[in-house]
Amino acid sequence: MSFSLVALQLINGVEYGLLLFLVASGLTLVFGVLGVLNFAHGSFYMLGAYLAWWLSERTGNLLLAILVGLPAMALIGLLVERLAIARLYLRDHLAQVLLTYGLVLLFNELQRALWGNDVHGVATPRSLSFTIPLGEAQTWPAWRAFTALCCIAVAIAMRQVILKTRFGMRVRAGASNAEMVEALGIDVRRVFSVVFSAGTALAGLAGMLAAPLTTVYPGMGESVLILSFVVVVIGGIGSIKGAFLGAMLVGIADTFGKVLLPGFASAIVYAVMAAVLLWRPRGLLGPAFEGR
Amino acid sequence: MTLSRRALLGAAACSTLLSRRLRAATGARLKIGLLLPYSGTYAALGHNITDGMKVAAAEHGGKLGGREVEWVAVDDESDPAKAPANVNKLIAGEKVDILTGPVHSGVAMAMMQIVRQENVLTIVTNAGAQAVTGTLCAPHVFRTSFSNWQVSYPCADVMLKAGHKRAVLMFWNYSFGQESMAAFKEGYSKGGGAVVKEIAVPFPNTEFQANLSEIAALKPDAVFVFFAGAGAAKFVKDYADAGLQQKVPLYGSGFLTEGVLTAQGAAAEGIKTTLHYADALDNAANKKFRESFKKATGRDADVYAVAGYDTVNTLAQALGKVKGDTGAGKELIAALEATRLDSPRGPFRFSKAHNPVQDIYLRQVKGGKEVVLGVAMKDAEDPAAGCKMGK
Repeated sequence: MSFSLVALQLINGVEYGLLLFLVASGLTLVFGVLGVLNFAHGSFYMLGAYLAWWLSERTGNLLLAILVGLPAMALIGLLVERLAIARLYLRDHLAQVLLTYGLVLLFNELQRALWGNDVHGVATPRSLSFTIPLGEAQTWPAWRAFTALCCIAVAIAMRQVILKTRFGMRVRAGASNAEMVEALGIDVRRVFSVVFSAGTALAGLAGMLAAPLTTVYPGMGESVLILSFVVVVIGGIGSIKGAFLGAMLVGIADTFGKVLLPGFASAIVYAVMAAVLLWRPRGLLGPAFEGR
Repeated sequence: MTLSRRALLGAAACSTLLSRRLRAATGARLKIGLLLPYSGTYAALGHNITDGMKVAAAEHGGKLGGREVEWVAVDDESDPAKAPANVNKLIAGEKVDILTGPVHSGVAMAMMQIVRQENVLTIVTNAGAQAVTGTLCAPHVFRTSFSNWQVSYPCADVMLKAGHKRAVLMFWNYSFGQESMAAFKEGYSKGGGAVVKEIAVPFPNTEFQANLSEIAALKPDAVFVFFAGAGAAKFVKDYADAGLQQKVPLYGSGFLTEGVLTAQGAAAEGIKTTLHYADALDNAANKKFRESFKKATGRDADVYAVAGYDTVNTLAQALGKVKGDTGAGKELIAALEATRLDSPRGPFRFSKAHNPVQDIYLRQVKGGKEVVLGVAMKDAEDPAAGCKMGK
C-alpha cells in the first residue's frame, strides 16, 4: 500500500471513528452517570436520522432540520427518562435491559407506522454539497468533513462542560455517589434527567449528521448500537475519554482491517475488543467502579 | 399391538396429505403461507411481494381454482437461523397448502432443506440462490423471480461491448453476492475481460469508505457490484461522493438501483444494470399491473411486486386446471410446468428446472429514472447446474 493510500485510509478511519464516538459518548455518559444500560440508544440514533430526513423534506434545509430536531430529541429523551427510565434507578441491570429493549421494539414500530419502511436519501445543504479533492483519484465530500468537525466540537464541549462547570461537577459527583450528593441538598434526579436528555440528543445528533451519508432505513439503529457497545467496552464503561479512544481504535482498525484482511473484516473489531479486554479487563480508561 | 415408528410417521404423513385433499374437495379456504421479511433491511421488499400477490388475487376475485384465499404471513427477519422454525410454523403449525417466499437467499436455502422433505408446493418469490433450481431442485418447488446467474451473467457481455476490459468486483459476502460474482466472472473471462480485484464486504456491513479508496487507487475500467436495499442506496451515494461516479462507470445487477432510486438521487445517474424487469417496460400487462398496484397500495410497483403478482397468476392458471385441488400432486405440477404468462416483465414460462425463462433487460438511470436501453439477453435460461430434473 502506497503512503498516500495509507494516509487516505487513516482519514477514513478517523472520520468513521469520530462518528462512532458521537453515538457512543451518549451511551457511556448515561451508563457512567445514571448506571443505566440503555439499549434504546440505537433507536435514538435512528430517530434522529428519520427526523433529519422528515424535517429537511419540510424545511428544505438539513441544517435547519438539525436545529429543530436537536431540541426535539432532547425533549424525547426527557420524556423517556421521566416516564420510563426514572423508575429503574434502584432496580438491577436486567430490568433496565428488558425495559430499554422494549423501547427499541416500540420505536421501531413507531418508525414503521409514522414513516414506513422505505429507504430515504437525505440531501446535504447546498452550501456544503461540494467535494474536497483527496489525492489524485478520490474526493472527500464536504459534509463528511463537516460531520468530523462537529464530532470534534462536541467532544471538546463535553469535556469543558464536565470538567469546568458547576453542572459538570454535580454530574461527576452524582456519578460517584448519588446518595451523598442528594444528602448535600442537590436534586440528583434533575441532574439525571438532564444527562439522559443530553445522551439522547447526542445519539440524535449523530443520526442527523449521518443521515446524508448512510441514507435512512429501518433497523439502522441496531447495527450502530452494537458497535457503540464495543466502543464503550473498549474505552471503559462510563469513561468519555475512553469512548473517544475506543472509537478511534475501532474506526481505524475497521478501516485497515477491511483493506488488509478482507476475509476477517467483520471480526476485526471484536478481535480488537477481546485483545483490549485481555490486557485491561475494565477497558482502556475504565474506572475501578463496583457495579451499582 | 405395537406400532412401529415408521408406521406412525406414515400414518401422520397420510393424514396431512389426506386432510389437504379433504379440504380441497370441500372447497375449504386455500391457505397460502408467506415467509417474507417484514422488518430489517429487506422489509420493503417483503411488503411489495405481499401486495403484488394480493393485487393478483384481487384480479381473480380473491379466489384461486375456486377456493377463497387465506394469507398466513410470518416475518422471516431475513435470518437464516430462524428459517427452520418459521418454515415449520407455516407447514406444521398453520398447515398451509402452498408456501411462498422468501427474499433472502440464506433463508431460502434453509427453507429448501425442509420443503424437500415435506411435500408442500413451494414457490420461491425472490431469493435467487442457484441451488433452488439447481442442486436442490425438486418437482414441487418453483421459482417466479430469477436466478442470480440470470441477472449477472448478461452484464459481463454488456461491459465488454462497452470496452471495459479491467474490472473490480465488489459485493456483499453471502450467497447472493458470491453467486452473482461467479456468474459475472464466467461471462467476463469467456469474453476476455480481466478481474483486477474482488472485494467481499461482510453482510450487512455498509461502511465502504476504505474499499472506495482502494478502487480509486486501482483505477479499473469499470466496477461491477452486488448490493441491494439500503446498502445499495448507501453504496451508490458513497461511490459518487468519493468522486468515482464520473471516473469509473458503475455496473451491477438491477438490484443496485431497484426500489432505492429516489434515495440515491443524482448519485445514481448513469449506472447501468441488468435485470428481468424495469418499471418503464412498455407493454400492456405492465401498464395494467402498475396501475392496479398503485391504486391498491398508493405505492409504485417494482420488480419484487411483479414476482408476487406472477406467483399468484401462475397459481391461478394451474389451480384452475386442477379445480383448486392442492393435493393433486402430479397433475398440479404438470399444470404449473405448462404455465404461460403474459407477465409485466414480458413472456414468462418455466424451465425444466422450474426457474423462469425470461428476457434480461439492460437499463440505465437517466434523469432520475430507469430507462430501458434494450434486451441484454433474450430468453435467458439458467444453466441449472446440478439439477437432474427433466434431463
